[in-house]
Amino acid sequence: MKLISLALVVLLGGLFMAATADFPDWGDPASPASVHVSPRYIEKTMEETSVPNIVTAVLADYRGYDTMFETAVVFTAGVACFLLLRRRDPRPGPERIYRHQATGVIVEMRHKPAKEPAGEVFARIDDDWVPHDLIIMNVCRLLIPFIQLFGLYVIAHGHHSPGGGFQGGVILGASIILLALSWDLRTAMGRLSEAATGLMSAVGVFIYAGVGAMCLAMGSNFLDYEALGPLMFVDPVHARSLGIFFVELGVGLAVMATMVLIYKNLASEGRLDQGL
Amino acid sequence: MIWQIDLAVLVLVVICAIGALAVKDLVGASILFGAYSFLMCILWAVMGAVDVAFTEASVGAGVSTVFFLAAVFRTSRRSKD
Repeated sequence: MKLISLALVVLLGGLFMAATADFPDWGDPASPASVHVSPRYIEKTMEETSVPNIVTAVLADYRGYDTMFETAVVFTAGVACFLLLRRRDPRPGPERIYRHQATGVIVEMRHKPAKEPAGEVFARIDDDWVPHDLIIMNVCRLLIPFIQLFGLYVIAHGHHSPGGGFQGGVILGASIILLALSWDLRTAMGRLSEAATGLMSAVGVFIYAGVGAMCLAMGSNFLDYEALGPLMFVDPVHARSLGIFFVELGVGLAVMATMVLIYKNLASEGRLDQGL
Repeated sequence: MIWQIDLAVLVLVVICAIGALAVKDLVGASILFGAYSFLMCILWAVMGAVDVAFTEASVGAGVSTVFFLAAVFRTSRRSKD
């Protein structure tokens, strides 16, 4: 069986390699991909949308439908992860484990306490116990605000530099995941609860589709941001630039919340009480 | 494009891809796959597709490696075949 698969892989790989010989040269202006609509985008993007980064303009304006349904796909992935993994039964084993902050003594509680001990003296820790590392925790605590600021910059500056909703959303989500990895899942859940992630991923998709529907309500085509000009008191070219910004915000929100949602469910076996 | 750098990165991509398939330890395979994504990101950047490179770096090398690791730690660490 292994030999057959190897032979198949070698055969298919050889076919692919032979096919690449027919490819147009890298960066060839006469290649079929560069002669159809690309020249129009390159010539007209600046005067039609006032967005210097053509990639962003094509993604969020000229090909707005694609990006909307990509966001819907990300949202669907998050919902699928939630439906497959989320479970309500408690984890077997000791009910709660606490660490005395000053001495490092570990206390096991057989039954769930009626009242949580004060966080200053006793801190709850995970069952699969990992050493308490002050350096990792504090370095990550210092880094996370800057990572989040960079994520917001990537979303908002997508018009002028590489970036946009997807990348910025992933960076924002990764900052929360870093918090969950370096501290614990409970801390991250305290910052961004399960309800918040679910709501934000849905609201992100809703913002995108809502901007499109608003264009429809203003008497234009779906996702034709020019129609939003009178609402925002700007000219149509500026309205397209702003419309791109709004949908990028929606994409960023949805992607960030979905990344955190998927990580939480994966890392805690769907129980959302303690993670890696 | 400097062809020496291009060749070195391409060879490393192939090595990482084969390594990620061949390694029995799934944590090692995840890390190798992250390295593969990062080298692909370098290739995209060299070819001038900076937006794609950015996406590859954040999604491919960053978040998906973490997802793979989380899944590996919650299932089994050794691959059967």
